Amino acid sequence: MRAGAASMAPMLIGVIPFGLVAGTTPAAVGMDVWDALGFSIILFAGASQLAAIDVLSRDGSALLAAVVAWTINLRMLLYSASLAPYLAHEPLRRRLMASYVMVDQNYAICVTRWREGKDDPKGRAWFFIGGGLLLWSAWQLATLAGSLLGSTLPEELPLDFAVPLVFLVLLIPAINSRPAAVAAVVGGGATVVGYEAGAGSLSIVCGAVSGIIAGTLAELALDKRGPAGPPAPLEDLS
Amino acid sequence: MNRTWTAIVLAGIGTFTMRASFLAMAHKLSEVPPWAERILRQIPPAALAALVVPALVRPHGEFDLTQWRLVAGLIAGLVAWRTKNVALTLVLGVGILMLLQQF
Repeated sequence: MRAGAASMAPMLIGVIPFGLVAGTTPAAVGMDVWDALGFSIILFAGASQLAAIDVLSRDGSALLAAVVAWTINLRMLLYSASLAPYLAHEPLRRRLMASYVMVDQNYAICVTRWREGKDDPKGRAWFFIGGGLLLWSAWQLATLAGSLLGSTLPEELPLDFAVPLVFLVLLIPAINSRPAAVAAVVGGGATVVGYEAGAGSLSIVCGAVSGIIAGTLAELALDKRGPAGPPAPLEDLS
Repeated sequence: MNRTWTAIVLAGIGTFTMRASFLAMAHKLSEVPPWAERILRQIPPAALAALVVPALVRPHGEFDLTQWRLVAGLIAGLVAWRTKNVALTLVLGVGILMLLQQF
């Protein structure tokens, strides 16, 4: 667990500002500390918390807020599928604990390590949970601090920019092959197209799925033609 | 239960279900076939790019390539790529954006 926590420690620099935003945002729309902590403890998924709070603040229904949050978190379904082979031998209780603390950061770092054959398979679940608990604790404390400090944080500090930067530092090492680059370019591009077309939060899932399809096709094409072949035909499914 | 807490509980149950989905059934999965492995490999780059790119090219809700977040994001991306240093990337990224916003 300690090794897992250590591997996640550099992420705190991004998670803490992100957590502060998860606390200041509900405060800014009139929610109290318990609401902010409720989102952080029960949902524990930053981007979707902000989106759900945004819906509620515009007088959207609870169901609409939940649907928006589910849509943003649909990628967790993909993460779950991607981690399952590495944790299949672990007891169910540990797999469920790992599920609760699953976020982009520990997913991206662990899946990269395990693909390279790092970490003893017996310790994987605890490694994942250890990292997750560190992020979880920091997330709750930052939410609490953000909610209490609220508007006293300086306006010119662009804390919310830490959010995409966290994803960026995970994205760069994930682009480790030509198909991965195709998946990223199409995934990002299709998401933007989706937003521009008015698909809202659904764009993230549509974009990610487009990227996955494009990356898979690129890999198939490269396998067939060899690494020196022409670029694979891409399909933009947004 | 008020609207906020109804949303929290609904969103939370659904999100946990998605997180646990395949992990809960993992013991029933036998070897992952190569074609599935191929698809699973594409998830990290595609999903993360779907989160990053819109924040850089349409930070204020419309497509706009002439704003500082894109510049700061590209510099941060370069730093992440060359140094692989998470802390440096995040501090520089937010710092550069703060500086640029003064103009």
